[in-house]
Order: sequence, then structure tokens, then C-alpha cells
Amino acid sequence: MMDTIRRAWGRLVAVFRRAPLDADLESEIALHLETAIAENLARGMPAEEARRQALIRFGGVAQAMEQQRDARAIPAFDALRQDVRYALRTLRRDHGFAAVVILVLALGIGANIAVFSIVNTILLRPLAFRDPGQLVWFASNEGQGGLSAQTYTVDAFEEFRRHNRSFQDVTAYQTFFNSIQYKLTGHGDALPIVAVEVAGNFFPMLGVQPSLGRLFTPEECRKGSRAVALLSHGFWQRQFAGDPNILGRTIDIDAAPNDLTGPVTVIGVMPASFDFGSVFSPGMHVDVFVPAYMDFWRTWGNTVAVIGRLRPGVSVAQAQAEANVLFPQLRALHKDWFEDYKSLLSSLQDRVTGRLRRSLLVLWCAVGLMLLIVCINVSNLLLARGISRGKELALRTALGAGRGRLIGQLLTEALVLSGAGSALGLAAAWAITFALSRQSQITLPLLSTVRVDGAALGWTVLIAAGVAVIFGLAPALRVSGGNLQDALKDGGAGMSQGRGHERLRSTLVISEIGLACVLLIGAGLLLRSFLRLLDVDLGFAPGHVAAIKIELNDGGDGAKRGAAAQQILERIRAIPGIESAGMTDMLPLDRNRSWGLVAKENANDNRVHGAFVYVVTPGYLETMGMRLRRGRDISWHDRADSGCVVVINAAAARREWPGGEDPIGRPTYGTCQKEARVIGVIADVRQSSVEERADAQVYIPLTQAEPEGTELVVRTHTPLASLQPVVLSTLRSLNPGQPRTEFRPVAEIVDHAVSPRRFLMLLVTCFAAFGLMLASLGIYGVISYSVSRQAQEIGIRMALGASAGRVQLGVLKETIRLAAIGISIGAAASFLVAKGIASLLFGTRPIDPIIFGGMVCLLALVALLAGHIPARRASRIDPMSVLRGL
Amino acid sequence: MSRERLELLQGTLDLMVLQTLAGMGPLHGYGIARRIEQVSGDQVLLNQGTIYASLVRLQQRGWIRAEWGVSENNRKARFYSITAPGRRQLARDAAHWRRLTDLMGRMFAPESEGSES
Repeated sequence: MMDTIRRAWGRLVAVFRRAPLDADLESEIALHLETAIAENLARGMPAEEARRQALIRFGGVAQAMEQQRDARAIPAFDALRQDVRYALRTLRRDHGFAAVVILVLALGIGANIAVFSIVNTILLRPLAFRDPGQLVWFASNEGQGGLSAQTYTVDAFEEFRRHNRSFQDVTAYQTFFNSIQYKLTGHGDALPIVAVEVAGNFFPMLGVQPSLGRLFTPEECRKGSRAVALLSHGFWQRQFAGDPNILGRTIDIDAAPNDLTGPVTVIGVMPASFDFGSVFSPGMHVDVFVPAYMDFWRTWGNTVAVIGRLRPGVSVAQAQAEANVLFPQLRALHKDWFEDYKSLLSSLQDRVTGRLRRSLLVLWCAVGLMLLIVCINVSNLLLARGISRGKELALRTALGAGRGRLIGQLLTEALVLSGAGSALGLAAAWAITFALSRQSQITLPLLSTVRVDGAALGWTVLIAAGVAVIFGLAPALRVSGGNLQDALKDGGAGMSQGRGHERLRSTLVISEIGLACVLLIGAGLLLRSFLRLLDVDLGFAPGHVAAIKIELNDGGDGAKRGAAAQQILERIRAIPGIESAGMTDMLPLDRNRSWGLVAKENANDNRVHGAFVYVVTPGYLETMGMRLRRGRDISWHDRADSGCVVVINAAAARREWPGGEDPIGRPTYGTCQKEARVIGVIADVRQSSVEERADAQVYIPLTQAEPEGTELVVRTHTPLASLQPVVLSTLRSLNPGQPRTEFRPVAEIVDHAVSPRRFLMLLVTCFAAFGLMLASLGIYGVISYSVSRQAQEIGIRMALGASAGRVQLGVLKETIRLAAIGISIGAAASFLVAKGIASLLFGTRPIDPIIFGGMVCLLALVALLAGHIPARRASRIDPMSVLRGL
Repeated sequence: MSRERLELLQGTLDLMVLQTLAGMGPLHGYGIARRIEQVSGDQVLLNQGTIYASLVRLQQRGWIRAEWGVSENNRKARFYSITAPGRRQLARDAAHWRRLTDLMGRMFAPESEGSES
């Protein structure tokens, strides 16, 4: 055993010490011959004869050296070295061809690496926490409804944490990030910052350590203790230039309602690898983490998200079973709980990325299909080139190269090509992932952590090798199997192999067309879904509307708040260019919370009566373009001390008055201490997703309920950049503490909401377009080769009176034949594919006749176009020059 | 009755080299080749060059070792000598060969006229 290893090692070392070993051998052989000659001379031979005899007895210096090399090293390696050198030389000579192939391969492989990196980051790689498999996400209300329906009260969280047996620990964070506006003050204008309040055991339970400093102590998590904060890595870099002396320094944070105002001591900096937003709230960039004062939040209803870490050996299902029993028991003990928290437990990984699994797998398949088309295309190019190289290969065969060696040589060329393509593709993928991880247009979880890592490099190597075999094998087998004599004969080159070649190339083109057809139809279905999505009636008009976060000082008093809001709105509306303005606490598709809304007559039934709640000023509905169907908008006459009123949406009206009674003037409960009268009904507004129908919504006057933060919404045709300073200075003149916030176009919020679908659609469409281009190239290549092969025949036929039109038609017929076969196979396969992606479609049937018909026509058209060029060339063949050439 | 020379069987050259080195002590490549030819009475069809592949093979197995030295005509030359594992291997192989030739001898005994060589 040891012996074998030593020998193998010796051989491997010899592979890489070729030059010195050869030199040794040469000097040995030189001495050998000299000695032999000297001996022959001594025996009395003449000098010439002595030398001749010595060489004869030795038997070929080159062979002996070759033999010795084979014995000492690994012969295959030497062959490979030669092949690579030869391949490089060949490709350099044919650099135009090589460049095209490498570029096509780089596009295909680069896209594959990039998509793999995304899939790997989002689906395959475990979350960057300690033992992420043990982490469990809790969704109350069985995961239905808005944020406040799926979260827990502080009491529920604490009681469950105390009494459960399935979890090592349970932690929570406060989900209503914007209930309290944090501002960084003390450096010029107040700067709005995003703060997340977490339970004291949040970081320890996830297993995240600060890169600098320490985590919160239990003492610091109690209200009234010294205010402390942990900085996110990004905020630390941006705001404090990565100052390592930040620990112990105080920053001024203003978050009035939480009593967290004044100096806050920085106790630590989180590592760059911990990106709270990318896991828990895609698209959000957190600046600081502060302890959640549980006593403060205790009375606020459902506000905390709950995460648990399972004990070793406990499954999610077991934990689920315990939660099913424990929550009702706890509720029985606490008469003041509103609900029994029917919880849906899932692994945290599932919660973060589960929804995306199917989309990403489809993306992965699409890019794989594209790579297959690339392979077939390159294979076709290599075949075409193989024909012109027939003679060269035949010559090598004649000189003694075995078929295996020729195949090896051709596969080596394929490997060199795919290697170069992969290197280029890797660079492209690196750039793509770098850009993706820094953009903020697409709100996919974990996207900010996408990078080309070790796994992606491994994938690249795998692809490079696989691709080389796929595209290199067919041409290698084909080309190397040619008839030696025919190939060597002048003019015979290619002719004899022509038919077989053409059949193989036609098969390749047909499969290319088929695959392109599948990609095109898939992309078409996704594109149509996306267009349907853009056509959705959102219930508001996002164009020319923008929102800016403002601060409303009210001291918790509705009358004061109303007066402040009215004053601000009057001043804002007076700014030239502002068409209308209003305020809300939450924008649709952005954040949400839910309360109850129940008609007085339904108050005692057992159904769930949740409703999304928006606290708004007069003018908000109009500014957003929300359509009032009946009744009136909220007005400034709806004061803090006048009767409670609400505007509801059509869904709420349908639910509470299913008989179709007019809701106007009807009393309801759930939004006000007393009963609230319905004063208006608006068309449904999509609140949590563009794709889901609206649930019940209720709009409450700002004077009659406390808002969760305030957004000033304006409708304007003036560019926001020029409007922003004017609006900000107006706001400052009323409230010097107004933070330096920025306008957000509402259209952008809608854009974010549809961005995952657009991302998928765009990528698949790109892949399909590339596939279509390659397929048309393939058709062009095959048809134009067959035209040049038949040039003589065509010339003779034309000399005998065939018209140019007839010749063209003949060539086009061949194109149509290839396209028709490819398209029928592709369309049939697309039926299956369409069924597979049905759940990803929106408002589109999987077997959509428009898409199927349209894409088939598109493909046929492109195929005809690709075939048309060689057909025209065929019709322009000059019969005379052909005949002269015979 | 031809003077045709004997084609070497696969692996026999290695054994001859080992035997030569065991008997003669350190030799360079040419010396080994000459010795084999002499012993065989020039009956072996040996391309002397093939000796070098054999030498590198034996070296990698650890049965012989090579050292640079000075040849009779005062030139730098590589001298090969057998190692202890080489001697053990030689003993094993020699025994094997004896048994094999013995067996073959008995197999062909009645029709020895018909055999070549």
C-alpha cells in the first residue's frame, strides 16, 4: 500500500520535473553512445561504422526517451500537455472562431454562475446564525392577515417563553419599526435612522457576536436604565467612518415616545455578516439596535415577532404540537388576552426564503436550458469547423495518431474553450453579483449577501467540465471517425462526410429550436403574468405621488395633533407645484397593522373581524387617488371631540353587510372607544401585495386615533428633487426638529412590491432572448453550410432553367422543415413546463393560447429570417461561374 | 535453426537488470545492457535504449538506487545498484521463474524437437 502511494507520488513529481529529468536522461544516453562507440572503435571498426553500430544497438534515441518518460511519469499527462499546447496554437490561429465561441460560452456560463450564486445564497446556504436548523419562526393567526395579526403581545411572548418545553430559548423583536421615529441629532440637521428594538436574548439566541464591544446586559433591557445601542456595520462605516474608538461614545438619539431621548451610549458594533434587514425585512437597512423595553410595549397589543431555538432532537412538528396546546392553556389563564394565538411554526429558513423556492428553481432551470442551447450551438460551430479540419485530422491519423488520441485532442480543445469561457463568465458573474448585492430596487431576502463564493467556484469547475464534454464529444466522435483516404484526397474534404455531418447538425439545430421554444413560452407566460400584474387596479394612482416621513408633535392629544397637521397641510398646499396633500401613518404596500372592525349588529358573532387600519387626514384619499364610492371623505369637522367616524373599503362593506345594505351612517366597533359611524366607502386598495385581493380596511381621522408615525403625501408634477428643499424648509419652519428625510415616490413602493416577479421575469426573458438568438444563429449556420455544399447543384439547376425564386423556395423549405420539427417538439414540451410553473403565474392560464401562438410565430419568423439570408445567397449563385468551375 | 534472436517477455528485462546488478555491483546503463547481451550470448533482441525505462521503473519501486559517479573514461555517469528490497524481490522472482521454466520444460519434454529455440 505504502509502496503504491510512493510510486504514484514519484510519478506525479516526475510529471512536473520534466525538464531536469529529461536533461539527466539525455546525458546518460549520450554517455551510453559514447562508450559504445569507443568500444566499437577499440574492436577496430572504422569511425563511421562504429557510430552506426552503436546507434543500431541502442535502437532509437527518441523512442527510448519516450519509453522512459512513460515509465517514470503519467503518460496521459504528457499527452494532455501536448494537447493543450496544440489546442492553444490551433485556437490562436483561428482566433475569430475562438473569440466567438468563448464569448458565447462566457455569457452562458456567467449567467449560470450568477444564478447559482443567487440560488445558493437564498435557498441552499444555511442562514448565517449558529445552528440555523434549530431556529423556528412563529406566526400567529395561522400566518394569515397583516403584521399585527401575525405578531404577539409582550405577555404572550413572555408567557410562552416561560412555559414551553420544546425550546432552548425564545426571543423576540419589535416589528413596528416606525412606531417610534428615531433621529440622530447633534450633527447639523436631525437624521432619520432605522432602529430595531430587540429582546435582550435576541443576539445570544441567534448566536451572533458583535465584531466590536459587547451585547446588551439584562439590566440595560429594562426601562429606566442607561440608554445603550449597538450599531450595524453599515451605519458604523457610513456615519462614523468605521471609527474603532466608537465604543463608549454617546450619540444623540431622539425617539420621544419611548423615553429614549438624549445621549445613547454605543456599546458595540455588529459584524458585517449580520444583516438584519436581508433576513427579517428585505430591503430594509438597519442603522442601530436598541433593547426593546418590554414593559413599554406591554400595552400596545400585538407588536413583537417571536423566534425560538428548538432543543436538540425536538422537531418543528413537535414544537407545533406543544404550541397548539400551550397557547390556549395560557389564554385560559389570562382573561385579558384578545386571542388564543393559533400559531403556525415553521423553520426560520422556510419563513425567509420558502416563498421563493419555486421561482428560484424555475430561474435555475431556465438558465440551465440556456446553457444547453449554448452547448448545442458551440457543438454545431465545432462541427462546422471540424469539416474544414478534416484534412488536418486525417493527416495526424496517417502519421500514427490513434482515434482515442484524436478524440482526446478535440476534447482538450473543447476544455480549453470552456475553460476560457468559464474564466470570463466567472468575472462577469462576479460583477453581476456585486451589483446585485448593492442595489436596493429588488427586495429579495438575503440578496445583499450574494457573492461568488467557494461553492460557486466549485459549480463553475463542474459546469466548465460538463459543458466541454457536452459540446465537445459529438464533434470529436464525428470528426475523428472520418474516412482517412477520402479526407486526404484533394477536394474530397468534407464531401464524403457531408451527409452524416449534415444530419447531425440538423438534429442539433432542431434541439436548439425546441429548447428555445420552451424558454420562449416560459418567458412569455411570466411576461404576461407581469403585465397582468401591472394592469391590476391597485385602488390608488401611484403616479406623481410621493411621500415623506414627517414628525408630528402632538403630546398624544388628538386636538393638538389635528391642529398641527392642518397647519402643515395648509402651508404645504400653498407651495407652487403641489396639487394636493394629505397625511397617513401607513402607505399601501409598505407597512400595515390591523385592528378590528365589526358592524354593531355583528358584534356578537364568532367570526374574525380584523381590518387594516390607516390613520389619515382629510385630503389623503384624494391625493392618493383612492376612489370614494359612496358617502364622503374625512373632513376637519371630524374632530377629536366629535363623534367617531370611519371610511371603509368595499371589502369591509361586503364582509360586514353581506346583504348589500348601504353602510353609510351605520355604527361599528373596533376603532374607537365608543361606536364609530361609517361615513364613506372607497374602492378596494391592495395593501400587502399587488397580487392579493384587498382585505377589510378602515380609515380613521387623525384627530380620533393615534397614528403610527406620519407620512406626508403630495401629488405633484414638479420634479421631487426641486420640491424637496422647499418642503423640508417649510416643515422645519413649523418644527425645527424635522429630520432630514427624503421623498419616496409612491410608484417606487409599488415597484418594490412587484420587484421579485419582475426580477424573475426579466432574467428568464433575457435567457429566452439569448436562446432565440443562438437558435437563429444555428439555423443560419446549418442552412448556409448546406447552400455552399450544394452550390454546384444549384448552379446546374439554374443553368437548366430553375428560376431564382424556385431556388430560394427550395432552401427555405429546408429551413421550414427544421423549424417545424423543432417547434412542434418544443411546444409539446412547453405544455408540461407550463403546468409546472402554473403556481408562479398571475392572471394567466398555463396553456395561454396567445402566448403559445405568439411565441411559436415569433420563433418561426426568426427561423425564416435566419434561413432567408442563405436562401438569397443561393438564388444569386452565378450558373456560369459554377459551370466553369466544374 | 534460425539465428533469430529472442524477443523478451514482458517483465523479464526488469528481472535481468536486477540479477545483473546483484551479481556485478554498481553499473551504469551501458554496462548493464552490455552485460545482459554478453550473458545471453547475444541471443537477446535488446534495444539497449529500453534499459532506461526499466531502470526508472525499478528505481520508483525502490529496488535499485542511482548515484552520480565517474565512469571508466572519466565522465560523469549514473551508477545503479541493487537495494535490500531489490534483492528480496529478485529472490522471489527468481524462484518464480525457476518454477515456471521447470513447468514449461516438463510440458514440452516429449516434443522438444518441435520447439523453437
